[in-house]
Amino acid sequence: MRHFISIADLRREEALEVLATAEHMAQTQSRAIRKLPTLVGTTVVNLFFEDSTRTRISFEAAAKRLSADVINFSAKGSSISKGESLKDTALTLQAMGADAVVVRSGSAGAAHLLAHAGWIDQPIVNAGDGAHEHPTQAMLDAFTMRRHLRPGDPHADLDGLHVVIVGDVLHSRVARSNVLLLTLLGARVTLVAPPALVPVGATGWPCEISYDLDEALAAGPDAVMMLRVQHERMIGGGFFPTAGEYSRRYGLSAARAASLPAHTIVMHPGPMNRGFEIAGSVADSPRSVIVEQVASGVFVRMAVLYHLLATDAREAPREN
Amino acid sequence: MRTEPVTSDARTEPPAPLLIRGGRPYGEGVQDVLVRDGRIAAIGADLEAPADAEVIDAEGCIVLPGLVDLHTHLREPGGEEAETVETGTRAAARGGFTAVHAMANTTPVADTAGVVEQVALRGDSAGWCAVRPVGAVTVGLAGERLAELDAMANSRARVRVFSDDGKCVHDPVLMRRALEYVKSFDGVIAQHAQDPRLTDGAQMHEGLVSAELGLAGWPAVAEESIIARDVLLAQHVGSRLHVCHLSTAGSVDIVRWAKQRGIAVTAEVTPHHLLLTDENVRQFDAVFKVNPPLRTAADVEAVREGLADGTIDIVATDHAPHPADAKDREWDQAAMGMTGLETALSLVQSTMVDPGRISWRDVARVLSEAPARIGRDEDQGRPLAVGEPAHLLVWDPRPVRVSDPSEHASQGRNSPFAGLELPGANRLTLLAGRATVRDGAVVER
Repeated sequence: MRHFISIADLRREEALEVLATAEHMAQTQSRAIRKLPTLVGTTVVNLFFEDSTRTRISFEAAAKRLSADVINFSAKGSSISKGESLKDTALTLQAMGADAVVVRSGSAGAAHLLAHAGWIDQPIVNAGDGAHEHPTQAMLDAFTMRRHLRPGDPHADLDGLHVVIVGDVLHSRVARSNVLLLTLLGARVTLVAPPALVPVGATGWPCEISYDLDEALAAGPDAVMMLRVQHERMIGGGFFPTAGEYSRRYGLSAARAASLPAHTIVMHPGPMNRGFEIAGSVADSPRSVIVEQVASGVFVRMAVLYHLLATDAREAPREN
Repeated sequence: MRTEPVTSDARTEPPAPLLIRGGRPYGEGVQDVLVRDGRIAAIGADLEAPADAEVIDAEGCIVLPGLVDLHTHLREPGGEEAETVETGTRAAARGGFTAVHAMANTTPVADTAGVVEQVALRGDSAGWCAVRPVGAVTVGLAGERLAELDAMANSRARVRVFSDDGKCVHDPVLMRRALEYVKSFDGVIAQHAQDPRLTDGAQMHEGLVSAELGLAGWPAVAEESIIARDVLLAQHVGSRLHVCHLSTAGSVDIVRWAKQRGIAVTAEVTPHHLLLTDENVRQFDAVFKVNPPLRTAADVEAVREGLADGTIDIVATDHAPHPADAKDREWDQAAMGMTGLETALSLVQSTMVDPGRISWRDVARVLSEAPARIGRDEDQGRPLAVGEPAHLLVWDPRPVRVSDPSEHASQGRNSPFAGLELPGANRLTLLAGRATVRDGAVVER
C-alpha cells in the first residue's frame, strides 16, 4: 500500500492484513508501556480542513503510540483560513519534510488529489473527504464487529453477517466506505433511510436498500449502525418534514433496540445526536459498542500508519 | 453576385491569388478552388493556376466553409488571465474557425451596446476570425430585468444572439418577455438550460458515479424541465429559441418532439459531450468539470444520434479557458469549463464522421452553415461557390496525433483531451482569402 485513500482501492487480502495488524496493535496496548518505537524519527502531519475532534485525536494518538512526531495543521487560525490552496499547503508540507499526511477535507476527492497531483511524494491517509469515503472509520467498524461477532478469530472475515446501516446515507462517507468494506469482507448490508437521503445512483451499490427501519430490524441483523443526521450538509433542505417525524420513523428507540436479537450490537460513528437518531438509553446500553469503536479507531490507525510508514512493512510485506 | 473584395481588416493588403489544388469540397469529388480578392473566383477540375497565384497541394484533404462557433468564451474584458480576444481568436483560427460568437459573461457583462461594440472592435483589430458578440439577456446576468437588447441589436456589433450563458433565465415570465422582445430584430435567445434550485451546489451528473463519489448531483431533469418549458414558451409566442449545449437523452427527445410540432427551436451539442462521460470524473481531475456536466454513455449515444438525424442542429465548442490555478484544486472548488476550439473538428471527425454517422457535407452544415444561420451571420457559413467569400478550411483527415494542450494557441490549458490520439490536421484556414493558419501554425502578420 502506497496510500490509504479509498476502500474501493483495497483488495480483500489487504483489508484483512490491516485488520490483523490492528489486532496485533491492540495486544500491545494492554501492556504497561504502550508506546512502540516503530515510527521513531518520522513526522506525521494531521491536515484537517474540516472541524474534527475524535478523528484527529485518534490519528494523533495512533501516531504517538508508534513514536512518530505529530504536527497538527487545522484550518482555523492557520494559513488555510487565509485562503491558502490545498496545492500550496501540500508544497509547504513537502518542503518541511513530512513523512505522511493524514488529510480531512469537506471536498470529495481531496485525499486522492493530494496523493496523485504530484505536489507531495509522501503517503496520504484519507481521514474523510466530503461525502465520499472515510476508510479508517470503516476499518475500525469492521474491526469492532469482528471482535464481537467473530470472537477469538483474528483472521476471520465477516462472511454471513448482516449489517443494517441507518440514516443520512446521502451525505455519509461512513456509509459509503462501510458498504464497500463490509461487502468486501463477505457481510450482507442493508441501508435504511428516508428516500430523499438515499443517493439517486445507490441502486448500483452492492447492498439492499429499505425505507422501513422496523422491517429491517425484524430480520434480526447482527449489527445496527446508526448514522449521524448531517444537518450542516443539507443544501436545499426538505429531506424530511420534521426532526420528530424522522426520529419516529428512523430513530433507534429503546423499544426498537429491545426487539433485536440478544447478540446484536449497536454502533454509531459519532458524534451522536442523542435522542434524535439514537435514544440515549440505547447508546448507553450493554449492546452498544460505541465507546469501543473509539478504542478500535486507534488500533486501526496505528495499523494503517504502520503499513504505510514502517520500513519493514514497506520492504517486506507480510504474506497472509 | 457580389464581386467587390472582402477583407476583415482594412489595414491588410489583398493577398495574392491562391489555388487550392486537388482537395475535395465537402469531402465529395476532387475540385480545385481558386481564391482571389477574398472571394472564391473559380471551382472546377484541373483549374489553371494564374501566374501570380500560390498553389496549395490539397490532395487527400477536405475543403470546407470556414467553421462558425456559436458558443465561445473569449473572457475579454475582465478575464484576461484566462483568455483574450487575441489569443482566443488565434485558437479559433487554428481550429479552422472563421467566426466565433463571444459569450456575454465577461466583466463588465456584455449587456450594453458599449461593451458589445468594444468586443467586436477587438475582434476586428485582432483579425484572426470574425467576432460576433453575444448580448446578455438580463442586466448583469442577474436574471431580474431585461438588458437593452434593441440597443445591442442596432449597435455596430449587430447582436442577434442573446444569452445569459452560465446562468439560466429561469424566471418564466422574464424568459417569455425575452423571447417576445427579440422578434422585432430577428434575434434568438440562447438558453443555458439549468434549473437553479434543482442544481444548488451541484458538482457532477447525478447518477451511479455521483452516488459512489459522494459529489452533489446535477440531475438531467434540471436541464430537461427548462428545455420543455422553453419550447412551449417559444411555441406560445412564436419566437426563435436556441438550446445551448444540450447534454441528455431526455433533452434530445424534447427537442425532437418540439421540432415535429413545428416549434422554432435549434439546439447545439459540444464536442466533449459527444465523447466524454461521468466515468471521467472518477479521478477527481477538475479538467473534467464542466457545466452542463459530463453525462452517461447512454446520453452520449443519444446526442450522437440527435446530431446525425438533425434534431441537434449544430456543434458548438463552449470553449471555456481557465487559468491553471482555477483547475488545480479540489473538485468542488474548481472552475467549470473546458477549452475546445482547437480540438472541435478532430472530435467531430472521430465521433461522427469516421464511424460513418455523418458526412463531411453534414460537418459543413453543423459546424458552419447552421450556426451562421442561427446567429444571422450573413457573411459566414456560405456555400463553396464562385463569388462567395473565401472563408475556407482545408482539413487533412489522415494524420493522427496525440493531443497536447501546451501546443494550443489558447491561453487555457484545460483541455480534457490531453493525451488522446485525435485525427485530422488543419492545413489551411482562410479568412476572406487571407491565410490565418498554415499547417496548424498561426500565420503571423
